Amino acid sequence: MSIGVKVVERPIEQVSYVRATLKGLTHTLKHMLNPEKVTTQYPEEKESISKRWRGTHRMLTTEDGKAKCVGCGLCPSVCPANCIKLVPGEDEQGNRYPLVFEIDEFRCIFCGYCQEVCPEEAIHVGRHYENAEYSREGFVYDLERLMAQTHPVCEMWDPADPKGE
Amino acid sequence: MNHALALLQIVTPTSEPSFLVWIIFTAVKLLAVFTVYMLGVALLTLAERKISAWMQDRHGPNRVGKGWLQPVADGVKNFVKEETYPAAANLPLFILAPVLSFIPALITWAVIPFASPWGSRWGVIEMVLAPMPVGFLFILAISSVGVYGIVIAGWSSNNKYALLGGLRSSAQMISYEIAMGMSTIPVLLLAGNVSMSKIINQQAFETWNVLNLTVAFIIFMIAAFAETNRLPFDLPEAESELITGYHTEYSAMKFSMFFIAEYANMVTASALMATLFFGGWDIPFTLWDNLAPHTGLKTLLTLGSFATKTLFFVFFFMWIRWTLPRFRYDQLMSLGWKLLLPLSLGYIVAVASVVVMLDAMGFERGSFPFHLGLVLLNVAAVVILFNIIDRGRLISPAYSRLNRRDLEKLRAVSAPHRAPLLPESGD
Repeated sequence: MSIGVKVVERPIEQVSYVRATLKGLTHTLKHMLNPEKVTTQYPEEKESISKRWRGTHRMLTTEDGKAKCVGCGLCPSVCPANCIKLVPGEDEQGNRYPLVFEIDEFRCIFCGYCQEVCPEEAIHVGRHYENAEYSREGFVYDLERLMAQTHPVCEMWDPADPKGE
Repeated sequence: MNHALALLQIVTPTSEPSFLVWIIFTAVKLLAVFTVYMLGVALLTLAERKISAWMQDRHGPNRVGKGWLQPVADGVKNFVKEETYPAAANLPLFILAPVLSFIPALITWAVIPFASPWGSRWGVIEMVLAPMPVGFLFILAISSVGVYGIVIAGWSSNNKYALLGGLRSSAQMISYEIAMGMSTIPVLLLAGNVSMSKIINQQAFETWNVLNLTVAFIIFMIAAFAETNRLPFDLPEAESELITGYHTEYSAMKFSMFFIAEYANMVTASALMATLFFGGWDIPFTLWDNLAPHTGLKTLLTLGSFATKTLFFVFFFMWIRWTLPRFRYDQLMSLGWKLLLPLSLGYIVAVASVVVMLDAMGFERGSFPFHLGLVLLNVAAVVILFNIIDRGRLISPAYSRLNRRDLEKLRAVSAPHRAPLLPESGD
């Protein structure tokens, strides 16, 4: 050959089409009779997610069913995606509470800063991932919706236990 | 020979049924065969998906009725989907094409005997739709018609991928049809007849053809894969190159008909392999099922035997599909023309000479030495084929050596058309 490609003379075991075919057939048959199925049957079984998974938010409540939030305004200031809308209010006893508390989950980047910064441990990111909605508006969670969420919340990174053991 | 002929006499139906009975039973058989065949094909689509899933460590369809109703769901989907027609398609041919590919697959079944004759009280009923004396020639003729559906589909769609698929399939099917026809001539040599039931009887009383004619079986099997456009010969639809080839433009039920035709072809090819080389409905190691009286029990058992053989080959089709990758086009052509055709021609000569020689030596057909002679021929042929010829040149892989003469030829062909590297003048 003029191009100078080196052609290696191979033994028949390597170049025989029939032998390769038979080898392949045994391989597929072996897998068919003894399959190592790894598929997760999703709606029925779910993969467990990490304790530090940061998903859609949840607002924790006090025993009497009110939001723990005191409307301090730390989370909207720390939010890098600017997705939290907070209008604080104050009742007759001087207790501050959020008049409006909305999180646009579409803008949210799930960094978890809001949970980290919250002095009342009110807002949390949750261990949850099934968030489908039919409209964009559906992704703006208001205070009621945030309080109604029941999924477990994220355990934040603890410097004393960096690997989460 | 005389011994076998005497036995054949017993098998031939003695009491012919009356015309009315014949008509009624033919109608019943038609209905039964058509229903079972269509249901079987529907279930085969499920089987294919399940088998492929298992081979790839997946689960496969398991939603609709635990997966069992998947064919029904597919059917409903195909019925209610929109039928699309390409603006520039040739409509009459576009509609005709699925029909043309669908029908030959079904018609072939007419001449395949699927069980031993049933001696009912109204006379002996042949368990074949049309007991034609030219059975085998009929199959060869009909299998050639199948290519029209695909070619017309490819052309009438007015789509470049569909056209390429149609062209490829015509080239492929015509090439392999020759090898297929040639590979069956040794079968006819041994049977001395082209009627399917005679071929089965000959195998039942002598030996199955797979032992007598192993090489013919191998050629027939490869050609059958090519004829049904199944992997590794699925170049007409080659998803990675041609979208889906000839049925790119088809939707809904017309697409489904191509799909059904593919599976129907597969079943037919399997039944043919079982009939021609594995004794058809014959139950091995016993002559009990081949002799009169033909009871209903025998018919059922032989039907079971035939179904088992056919389904094994159907499974084999699927098994191969999920194991082997697709051939390159030149590999396909060189396998068909440079290997299978000369091999089948040579094999005809070899079998004919050995049969003449054994006959001259005075061995009876059906006697042990006669078949031992044929088996020895096959063992020798298979050893030569798989140990000497099969050396990377059989299906040339990309790294195999192109021989110098072929290279020169290719150079000579391409040289005059080669564009000059530099512009010739400075205009």
